[in-house]
Amino acid sequence: MKLINRTGAFGRAAARVGFKGFDGAPHLILFIITLISASVLVAVAAFLIFGSLQAFNVIGPVELLFGESWRPTSFFNQAFGMLPLMVGTFLVSFLASIIAIPIGLGCTIYLAEIAHPRIRAFLKPAIELLAGIPSVVYGLFAMLILQGWVAQVFGLQHGYVALNGGIILAVMMIPIMVSLAEDAISAVPRELREASYALGATRWETMRSVVLPAAMSGILAAIILSIMRAVGETMAVLMAFNQTPILTLDPFSGVQTMTATIAIEMGEAAVGGLHYSALFAVGVVLFVITLLMNTIANRIMSRYAEAYR
Amino acid sequence: MNMLSRSAKEKLYFGLFRACGALVVLTLVVIVAYMLVGSLPVLSLDFLTEPPRGANARGGILTPLVGTIYLMIIVFAFAIPIGVLSAVYLAEYQGKGRGARFWSIVVSNLAGVPSIVYGLLGLGLFVTFAGLGRSLIASGLTLAILALPIVISAAREAIQAIPPSLREASLALGATKWQTIQHHVLPYALPGILTGVILALSRAAGETAPILLTGAAFYMSSMPDSIFSQFMALPYHVYAVATQTMAGMNGSPVVYGAAIVLLLLVIGMNLIAIIVRKRYREKYRW
Repeated sequence: MKLINRTGAFGRAAARVGFKGFDGAPHLILFIITLISASVLVAVAAFLIFGSLQAFNVIGPVELLFGESWRPTSFFNQAFGMLPLMVGTFLVSFLASIIAIPIGLGCTIYLAEIAHPRIRAFLKPAIELLAGIPSVVYGLFAMLILQGWVAQVFGLQHGYVALNGGIILAVMMIPIMVSLAEDAISAVPRELREASYALGATRWETMRSVVLPAAMSGILAAIILSIMRAVGETMAVLMAFNQTPILTLDPFSGVQTMTATIAIEMGEAAVGGLHYSALFAVGVVLFVITLLMNTIANRIMSRYAEAYR
Repeated sequence: MNMLSRSAKEKLYFGLFRACGALVVLTLVVIVAYMLVGSLPVLSLDFLTEPPRGANARGGILTPLVGTIYLMIIVFAFAIPIGVLSAVYLAEYQGKGRGARFWSIVVSNLAGVPSIVYGLLGLGLFVTFAGLGRSLIASGLTLAILALPIVISAAREAIQAIPPSLREASLALGATKWQTIQHHVLPYALPGILTGVILALSRAAGETAPILLTGAAFYMSSMPDSIFSQFMALPYHVYAVATQTMAGMNGSPVVYGAAIVLLLLVIGMNLIAIIVRKRYREKYRW
């Protein structure tokens, strides 16, 4: 044990390679454990890329990413073009966003600025609970109940359409958006508001011209992160509408998302086969999309953190 | 819009925002109410203590419930120690420079990866590469990886919230850094860490997509007899009954029942986490 304390041989070596304030065995052990956790991100990327190599090689990256048909099990004209799946994910997330963003922002403003403290104390946890509901429960609700309402309102034969998925995803996005955006609005310094009131502005005018612009980057990051949730959601989408990989932007049609494709088809794909590998390629695309969105949100967020230090 | 006076405008907009807030609460109430009403015919203690029967169309949910508890135990055993210790390192040893920024980006990216992608990782790493097969342990480890960033960021925040004066007092008395962490930092950070642990476990309990790829079974006549056997789990059971049985597709009380038990389990854990956090915030005001 003496070897790895501060003054032992190991400690001196550690100090030399850049461990400032080396603190003996605990320091070393904790560092190794942290490396293990961080290696998870590397492992995700490595296994996805490794699994998808065959598909990228055999099908070719352009055909795989932008091919217009996805027919993995067709015997005569098998095709692995991911475009319909990407468009499917886009359509459903887009529908969810146009529903969730206005309602989510309205709810955020209500929670942050209007609600009585006592209502707030109850509403904030309620929204957290809403964010904690398992996606399969939302999926069940969409499949058994919401579907019927969608069919009735829009006069469809059945409600298992992209719009049904968009609505349930909106319900799932709102709590995430609200809790993140509310933090951003609460972080706006009180002095800004008070200065605006002092100039005779009403509460709404202050909010619109002072508070919201000041919190804008945080709100934007909240919106991006909640869209990310919609893009990555599997179960609710899987249960909300018929998964059919057709290339369309019609909200009243069934589409197939990237996440649902992996969930449905992995069971029937032979391990190590082309289909299996193509599904890993779908995973790579999903991984890259979420990484990008997360990076953008982080950038925006850190910029706004710097503005109000 | 000039026709409206400034205060009328304010009333109009505030009304709209109030309606949005009400709509969100209403959604929660409607979803829980539908699940509850749909499950009323089967809700009893027997539903929890009986295994599913008749190809999942009748009976209770004992086997899936036990499977979910097993999964939570595996997640607890792997994700919690690694996550909390990593958080200690990041909060206490890493400092606040460029390194710290790098780690928080890694953790936030991990938290943003879709759960189905974790399923792919589990399939590639645990099921195939490590040769564990579709099994309880493969699913449990996959969920542990998914829970890891949640534990790390919650624990890290809890540790960083402790004022430096506490550490300095201990260090001034001659304690080493590790002794300070062990005896002064961790005990005070414990409620905050606990909140994160509960939230991570509830998230793992509710996930379906990763276990769908790594070992959950549609039906098992008995409990899993080892960590290498397949298993039933509550969230997958809800999905399987709803989409693969006639009874489920027609909204049988059995599927609502499984959903409401899952919902109560997860919401219950979340509520405990919220209460722990609230008490803790009231107790320690730095």
